[in-house]
Parts: sequence; structure tokens; C-alpha cells
Amino acid sequence: MTALAPPAPRRSPSATASGGRSGSVAWMAVPALAMFVAFGVIPLLGVLALSFAEWDGIGQIRPAGFESWRAVLTDPGLPHALWVTFLVMALSWLVQTPLSLLIGVFLAGRQRYREILAVIYFVPLLLSSAAIAITYKALLDPNFGLGAGLGIPLLTQDWLGRDALALGTVIFVVSWQFIPFHSLIYQGGVRQIPGTLFEAAEIDGAGRVRQFFNITLPQLKYTIITSSTLMVVGSLTFFDLIFVLTAGGPGDATRVLALDMYKRGFQANLMGPASAIAVILVLVGLALALLLRRLGGRDGGASQLEGA
Amino acid sequence: MDRSIISRRNFLGLTAGAAAGVALAGCGSSGPSSGTGGGAGAASYWFLTGAPGEGIRTNSVNRFNKDNPDTKITATTFQNDAYKTKIKTAIGAGEAPTVIWGWGGGTLRSYVQAGQVEDLTSWFDSNAAVKDRLFPSSFGAATIDGKIYAMPCETVQPIVLFYDKRAFDKIKADPPQTWGDVMDLVPKFNAANIAPFSLGGQSRWTNMMWLEFMFDRIGGSEVFQAVFDGQQNAWSHPASIEALTKIQELVKANGFIKGFSSITADSNADQALLYTGRAAMMLHGTWTYGGMAADGGDFVSGGNLGYMNFPAVDGGKGDPSDTVGNPGQYLSISAKATAEQKETAKKFFATAVLSDAEVKEWIDAGAVPIVKGTEGQYASSKDADFLTFVYNTSANAKNFVQSWDQALSPTAAEVLLDNIAQLFQLKISPQQWVDNMNGVIGK
Repeated sequence: MTALAPPAPRRSPSATASGGRSGSVAWMAVPALAMFVAFGVIPLLGVLALSFAEWDGIGQIRPAGFESWRAVLTDPGLPHALWVTFLVMALSWLVQTPLSLLIGVFLAGRQRYREILAVIYFVPLLLSSAAIAITYKALLDPNFGLGAGLGIPLLTQDWLGRDALALGTVIFVVSWQFIPFHSLIYQGGVRQIPGTLFEAAEIDGAGRVRQFFNITLPQLKYTIITSSTLMVVGSLTFFDLIFVLTAGGPGDATRVLALDMYKRGFQANLMGPASAIAVILVLVGLALALLLRRLGGRDGGASQLEGA
Repeated sequence: MDRSIISRRNFLGLTAGAAAGVALAGCGSSGPSSGTGGGAGAASYWFLTGAPGEGIRTNSVNRFNKDNPDTKITATTFQNDAYKTKIKTAIGAGEAPTVIWGWGGGTLRSYVQAGQVEDLTSWFDSNAAVKDRLFPSSFGAATIDGKIYAMPCETVQPIVLFYDKRAFDKIKADPPQTWGDVMDLVPKFNAANIAPFSLGGQSRWTNMMWLEFMFDRIGGSEVFQAVFDGQQNAWSHPASIEALTKIQELVKANGFIKGFSSITADSNADQALLYTGRAAMMLHGTWTYGGMAADGGDFVSGGNLGYMNFPAVDGGKGDPSDTVGNPGQYLSISAKATAEQKETAKKFFATAVLSDAEVKEWIDAGAVPIVKGTEGQYASSKDADFLTFVYNTSANAKNFVQSWDQALSPTAAEVLLDNIAQLFQLKISPQQWVDNMNGVIGK
């Protein structure tokens, strides 16, 4: 009897249920959306408006047309800052990704000593960037630092006083700070790979290295994209660490875009050009995030993560 | 189903609450504005932390409040760099304190142009006694287009050449009298494994002090005066190229300590290099004396610290008595304050700022207040020699040039500091420096 029941009444409650669910979901997004509009979109529009104005942060705001954009785009400092930003981004990605991948895979094992190591690796993440920068600055001081204190000539370099060394030091400290975070992401990713895959590979005679390259790495594709997006977009906004460590120096060797923006806005009182740089930063960040998503492709079935 | 509805409601309540909390926090950040309790004449005053100034400033406010219980002043303190940003934001938002502490010069000019500070010219005319007891040189940085917008206060801080007598004994040489002597000393100190000069180059204004003196000694005070007055291409003075070339020669000869471009003055590492014997000389403000006395063990008390005015440059046009530095600190009154608050602030200026008690406290702290005729009080101080030296350097200077980065507008100052850092890195030539700087004259 029930099999003969007309289909229409059965469909209609399910339709209203699903309609009601999507309605409630949209409603739940309102608070987050309101926050995002109030503290994200509106300031962004304000910055966009300011980039077409002249303002010293104290007096009247005057419209200035494309004056700030002309000043910023013709300044030789901009390509230099873009180049330094790119270098920091690319090099810190190159250093961080393989290291955090390896540490993440290592920490994914369930042995007790690895759990303890995981906690120790996690420590740099608990420290604020400013504190890390002050500490490293003291340790690397050529006259009173670690090298001078221990009498090791190799360590008594002018770490923050030479262009290439200063850039390298910045990338090292950035990596030291953020590798734990990305290891954590990879650890989670590895633990989600179905154990059956490894068992099957083992039966087929695959060694550990083979398993890593043929199973772990392909299965972590989306984790790598997530972690890389965070690294690349995050490196655009590195400010506090570099500001305290080198203040953009020596000269302008480590002056990244965010630092250039701060110096123009709050030290030189040029809010117009600083806003123009802020807009450039937002555009570059969006473009990079989109690009990385494209690289990831839309083939959702490629991963065999449990629950996916 | 019921459970999920409840949890959803809780979730919404939580997010709404969080949003409201953030919004409230945003509203609450207006900070200590003009209406800080008390009577209608209650005023606010923001100044810097750090010994010894913080304690002395606080004492003056407390003395004033004790004498004027109806018109009290509320003090709020900030760290140096945080203050520079905070005061700018507060003034821009119309939330400035009644009394604005500052360095005068270019920053004061930007306040004046925005109409944010009170013109005190007529008040000084009717209170001539307040004006006449202060160093006349201190009023230069308080005067914008012929009008006085700030009350000079606190201490005079010229830049002087400090040296370590032990280092000079070691290489058996005398302190330099001319630039030629300086360049002769450099290889001798380097041979003895002592850096000739300590320098906190990452702070940039530390490098600037060298240029201030070199420009003045070679070309006279009119070189920078022309820049200050906004004359076109004023940096293209022949003395500029000579001064900049001489500085780069000193850098190339390893005149400054290894790694100077990563040393900051904020951490006092440059002073430490001098009192630990790693560097022989240091060009710095007189405010570093207290720090070296406190941190340097017996370096100062044992009589090892020498000090002198910057040496002359052979063939230079400048007066060798000229000095540079901070001719004083400055107090302005916010134009946004009420009439009663402005009255309170003026009363504070007239009765409490640099009162006899405050003058004594500055002298005890090893600083020279900008009040005329305080030499008599130095004798009782343990730093009598140094105080007399600072007083004479300041009082006998034919020209007391305000620090360039304070005298120029913040926009020009940032370009200046940037180019100075590049010059010391040998990344730009003197001619490029001059061209870059000509581009921001009058901005």
C-alpha cells in the first residue's frame, strides 16, 4: 500500500525542509557577514577612497585625484619593495614547505616520544613576533650577541647589517616561527590518509620512501595548497617581525611592501600614497590566493581522505 | 531536532554577543579625552615615560594639583615611539589632551597648519617674566611664521663628542681638534683593535647628527637654514658635497664600529660599546650621560669619560662654537580644549613648569634645564663638570641648530633619514643624496 502512495506529497515536505535548512544557513551567516562588512569591507573602501586623497593624518582630507597613485607608481622604491616582498615570499615558502612537510609526516606517527617532540616543536608558535624579533636581534648582535659571547667567529657575522645576510636572517626567523604551524597542518593531513593505502602498498613491496612519494605526497595535495596559500598570502603582511628586527634595513634591503606602507603613512604622514600601497597589497594578495586555488584544480575526487 | 534548534540559537546568541562586544570595544577606544572628570577647568596632559623625566614631570603635575585642587591636571604617560603615533592620531581625531608635549619644529608646524594648537604669542607678551627667564635659543623651534605656539620646557640637549680616556691613553694620542686629527686617529685605533667611533646606525637619526655637524662646520649654519626656509635646490650647496664625501671617506676607512647599521640607539648598545672599551669615541646627545653613569660601572664615576664639542673642519666656514641638538622640549595647548581648560594649562605653564623645585630635580638628574642663571646650583651636584660643560656649550653657541628631523616636516624628515641610511651604506653617492633631498624641499 505504501508503495502505491502518490509521489507528490512525499516530495513537498522534503522540498520545504531543504528550503528551510538553506534559509536558516543563510541567516546564520549574517553575524559573520556583518562583522566582515564593518571591519573588512568598509575600511577597505575607506582606504580606496583615501588613495585618491591627500591627507597628513592630522588636518583636512583633500581630494587629489590620481596624485598619490602617480607618486607611488613612479617611485623606484615600489618595484624594489615588490621585489623584496616576492623574495621573502618565495624563499620562505621554499624553506618552510619541505621542512614542515617532513616534520609533519614524522609527527603523524603515534609513538609517545613523537608526541613530546610535537609539543616542543610547537613552542615558537606561542611567542609573539615582536618578542621573537627582539630576542633574535639580541642574539645576533655582532658585538654583544651569541657569537661574541661564546667566542665563535662563525657566529659573529654582521647578520642584520649586510643586505643578503639580513634578508637570509629574516627568512630564517620567519621559518623558525611558522614551521611548527604548518607542521601541525601536515600532521593532521597525514593522519587522515586511510591506513589501508599504506597496507596495500606494503603488500605490493613498496618501501618507506616509495610510500612517501607515491601515497603520502599525492594524498596531501590539498593540504599543501592550503598551507602554501597561508604561507604566501601571510608573507605579504609580514610587518612586526621585520620592523623590529631590521626596520627595513640596512638601507632598504629588507623593506617589504607592508613596511613601506607603514613608513609612508605613519612616519612620513603621507596617508594617500600609503593607502595606494595598501590597495596594491590587497590586489596582489587576492590574485595570489585565486592563482593557488586554480593550481589546486577542482577535481574533488582526487583525494581519498577518509570522510571526503 | 529540538537539540539542533537550541544549539543554533545558542550559537547565534554567542556570535551576536561577540559582535556587540567588538562593537563596544571599538566605541570605547576614544581614550582619555578632554572630559576627564573634576571641575570644568580640569585639564589633561600626555607625556613620555622613562627615567628621569617621567618622575620629574609627574612631580610637577602633583605639585600643581596640590596647589589647585579645583582645576586638576590628569597625566597620562606613553613610551617614546608609541607616543609619536598616538598623539598624531589623537590630534587628527580631535581627541587631543589639553597640554600636548612635543619636540617643536616641523611636527609643531603640521599641528599649526591644521589649526590644532593655540597661538601663545599674546600670552607670552603679557607674561614677559615667564618668557625672559628661559634660554632665548629655546624659542626658535616653538616659533612658526613669527608666532609662538609652544612653551619651551625641560632641558637643553646639545650633541657632543664623548670619548673614552682609557682608549686615548692606550694609543698615546690626544682627542681630535680638527677633522684631520679624526682621520689620523682612525687607523691608529683600528690597529689597536678599538673601533674609532660607536654608532647606532639602524636608528638613522644617529647618523644624521654627523651630517648636522659636518654641514655646519664646513658651510656654516646658513646651509641648513636655506633648506629650512624652503629655498629651491638649497641642498646643492658646495659644502653639502664636501661634507657628504668626507663622511663616506670616514665610513670607508672603517671609522665606525663593525656592524653599525644593525645597532639601535634605543637599546643603548651604542653607549655600551663606549663604556665597555670597544669603541673610543661616540657622537651623541647629552641625554646619554645619565645612562652611561648608571650602566657603565665606574666608567663615569672613575673619570674615564671625556666630552668635547665637535672638532672644527680645516678651512670650514662654520663657527666652531656652533652646536646642534634639542634646544628644549615643548608644551602646546590644544585648540580643541575648552576656555577653562586653556586657562588651567596657562596657569600650569606659569606656575609649575620649570618651577624652582623642578629645576633642582633636573639638575640632580644630570641635565641642564633651559632656565637662565642656574650655573650656581651645579656645584653641589656630583656631575658639576659635565653640567657646566653642557651649560657653556649651549649658552656660548653662536648657533644652536635644532635636530634636522625635528625641524623639517615629517614627510621631508622620513626621506632625509632614508637617504642618510643609504649614504652610510655607501649605496648612493653624495650627488644622488643631494638630488634626492632637493626633491622634498618645502614638502
